[in-house]
Amino acid sequence: MSLLDVRNLRVTFATETGPVQAVRGVSFSLGRERLGIVGESGSGKTITGRAVLRLIRPPGRIEADAMTFDGQDLLAASERDMRALRGKRIGMVMQDPKYSLNPVMTVGRQLTEGLRLRDGLGRADATAKAMAALDAVQIRDPDRVMGAYPHELSGGMGQRVMIAMMLIPEPDLLIADEPTSALDVTVQAEVLSILDALVRDRGMALIFISHDLRLVARFCDRVLVMYKGRVVEELAAANLLAAQHPYTRGLLNCLPRIGGPRGPLPGLDRTGDWAT
Amino acid sequence: MTGIPAPPRDNRLLRLLGQIGLGLVTLSITLLGLLLVTFLIGRVVPIDPVLSIVGERATEAQMTAIRIKLGLDLPLWRQFFIYVTDAMQGDLGNSIRTGESITTEIARYFPATLELSTLGTIFGTLVGVPAGVLAATKPGSIADQIVRVVGLMGYSMPVFWLGLIGLLVFYGQLDWVAGPGRLDPVYDMQMQFTLTTYTGMILIDSALNGAWDVFGNAISHIILPAGLLGYVSMAYISRMTRSFMMNELGQEYITTARVKGMPEWRVIWVHAMKNVLVPLITVIALSYAFLLEGSVLTETIFAWPGLGSYITDALFAADMPAVLGGTVVVGVVFVTLNMASDILYRLVDPRARE
Amino acid sequence: MTALRVWLADQNPSSRRQARLGQLWLAWLRIRRNRLAMAGLVIVGALLLVAAFAPWISPHDPLVQDLSRRLLPPGTAGNWLGTDDFGRDILSRIIHGARITLYIIALVAVTAPVIGLLIGTVAGYFGGWIDAALMRLTDIFLAFPRLILALALVAVLGPGIENAVFAIALTAWPPYARVARAETLTVRNSDYIAAIRLQGASAGRIIAGHVVPMCLPSVIIRVTLDMAGVILIAAGLGFLGLGVQPPLPEWGLMISSGRKFLFEQWWVATMPGLAIFVVSLGFNLLGDGLRDVLDPRSASR
Repeated sequence: MSLLDVRNLRVTFATETGPVQAVRGVSFSLGRERLGIVGESGSGKTITGRAVLRLIRPPGRIEADAMTFDGQDLLAASERDMRALRGKRIGMVMQDPKYSLNPVMTVGRQLTEGLRLRDGLGRADATAKAMAALDAVQIRDPDRVMGAYPHELSGGMGQRVMIAMMLIPEPDLLIADEPTSALDVTVQAEVLSILDALVRDRGMALIFISHDLRLVARFCDRVLVMYKGRVVEELAAANLLAAQHPYTRGLLNCLPRIGGPRGPLPGLDRTGDWAT
Repeated sequence: MTGIPAPPRDNRLLRLLGQIGLGLVTLSITLLGLLLVTFLIGRVVPIDPVLSIVGERATEAQMTAIRIKLGLDLPLWRQFFIYVTDAMQGDLGNSIRTGESITTEIARYFPATLELSTLGTIFGTLVGVPAGVLAATKPGSIADQIVRVVGLMGYSMPVFWLGLIGLLVFYGQLDWVAGPGRLDPVYDMQMQFTLTTYTGMILIDSALNGAWDVFGNAISHIILPAGLLGYVSMAYISRMTRSFMMNELGQEYITTARVKGMPEWRVIWVHAMKNVLVPLITVIALSYAFLLEGSVLTETIFAWPGLGSYITDALFAADMPAVLGGTVVVGVVFVTLNMASDILYRLVDPRARE
Repeated sequence: MTALRVWLADQNPSSRRQARLGQLWLAWLRIRRNRLAMAGLVIVGALLLVAAFAPWISPHDPLVQDLSRRLLPPGTAGNWLGTDDFGRDILSRIIHGARITLYIIALVAVTAPVIGLLIGTVAGYFGGWIDAALMRLTDIFLAFPRLILALALVAVLGPGIENAVFAIALTAWPPYARVARAETLTVRNSDYIAAIRLQGASAGRIIAGHVVPMCLPSVIIRVTLDMAGVILIAAGLGFLGLGVQPPLPEWGLMISSGRKFLFEQWWVATMPGLAIFVVSLGFNLLGDGLRDVLDPRSASR
């Protein structure tokens, strides 16, 4: 039984120079597993994630043959229904906490906001839950963090706050949009391991969007490779090295390998018909 | 692994004091510069100030006496020094027309301008901010176009012309509001002789006295100029609010708030608005200053006995010390407003507190 | 015509001139799409034309009095906008007033940015105490209320158009200095400036030849938007009798003299104000449009 079912998703933006199709017929299903979406900039992977949450605003338009979450039709749902879903059942972690956290609100307020408004908890209860969430992402001094402003936190810390914030309501599905791309390499590993543990312990479904093919392969069960708004290949992470599609092969060949040949790394050959 | 650099408390306090100190020094330099400019302007006067006091028939001895009394025989820098020290004590010299201390006169006239500009800015903010938000949240819509066009017209109009048109239409033709002046003569006398003056602002004073008929009359007089000034103010404020709000709505944290399932009104009025307020405070302060400046022109139209009228009357009577005194006062208010908005900015924006 | 268009739209220009003209062409296309900006351009263009051809366009002489035709309402045959209290045709006076307005704007537009650019680039380029001193100076002038200072200055120097321009320009240059300094600071440490310096270019040459061109787009936008405000200040000074002297048809002055008849013969004061409004609006629209095109970072749409 799939949790999320997307069929023939199309996202179009009306621009001054004519309509631009950012997503051109993407289909996938997701159960309680980890799906990675890989692609370069402009491939439409971020937009796909946002489309699932129906966060695309005009002049963008979402169309699909079907888009259901746990039996609920996401296309036909009213804005009110979507708001009930967002946060509570589907969460999203974004790339850079410097921008994705409100700079003039304390972390504590941002963490407890959803609990107090959406779920009606009192201040004490909400604060307790928030502190517990901070603890779950291994923040050692939750008191100080609660009273701090986002610009006072380091990148890794901010991202952990972000994760905590999205995980407080215990959603069924988490969409992680380049969650570690803005972090230093050493911090990346820490944050990823936290994310890994949490997703596993709570049995959440995960969509992991990234441009980093190796990372996605390590982290996820299945991988979708996107290019220019289309899915060019879909395979199990374990079989990644045996990928067939020329684009995926091209991506793999770009990656440097320790012990590999010393010649210049090949670039991508975008002359195939898949490249239109 | 903490990740938060938390400086010890005393260090932070010291830094805050240092910032205030620096601000005061900058303020002093700016004020000094202002005084220098007005002083120099005053010395450029082609008309000999002595002549304008004693007339052309005075003897040489009389003129010399006056010259010494005015301190005009001293070297320029000493004159400037006296000028500055006098100004710091609140002495801006005496008016040529009335002989009275300029500072006392200005103190009498200033509340009227203050009342008008404050009311105008309040109108401008109360209408301009929601209008700007509306335009920003529905870009390209009819509402957006209307707000932009109305705003654009607002600050392309000469304020004094707008005042004239307003008087013509709302007073002359429609008779909806009272005419020029702050009060009808009968209420004016009542105000002066029977009621106690607290602030010099008629709306406040009459209310404190419980004289509601005076209050009502004052409202009917102030509503037109305040409304028109409010319109001009609103034009600028709505435009800036729209610009700031559009900027904020494109930020990532807005998406985060939506992802959390927050209702749209909260996303706009709590999340975005808090960020918009930071630069908006400066805008409102600037708008206030702009209204004060424009008072020079509008007050003549509405026979409003404020600082603007004082300056223009002095201008027409060639009373240069009074004109310059008024300039200094407006300048000081300007500079103070700028500094106040700076301080407020720092208080409101947590990022600027470091 | 289409051959020219193709040449301009060429993605791989073969000469610098072609690249530059191509850029201008693209900018023109983008402005053209913005209807409000085009309206502004039309208005400003109309101002230029009216001012240039004033003696030929205006139906009457603006200074000749005809006391038998005093205070005629608009729509009267031969006096489309009515006449004032001396019998002079208001339309003609407005048309000739356009010349005065243009004169003032042009003078300010030439002097204030030049002063500002000079001070700003020097401050930004040399840094240190020169920068600090010049910026203090700029801050002082920036902190002053423009109209009041212009008023005080003109009051002292005596009324007259040159004094008014001087007073306005004196208070108008600080924003340009700020902008110029900001741009200079950005550019100062870039590699290509270092390269030119290594080739032996003097500071003056670097500033004039390389830094100033970088500032030009923002300065142009600023000037256009500023002109809208300058018109209003000039009108204000004229209203107070501090600008041009009667009987010259300066628009602000006309409003002032029409005040006496506001309630009965409203057109005497209203028409010149309408002219001021339209011209100021035109500059605002044009400036907005230019900003959208030349500097999309600060676009308000």
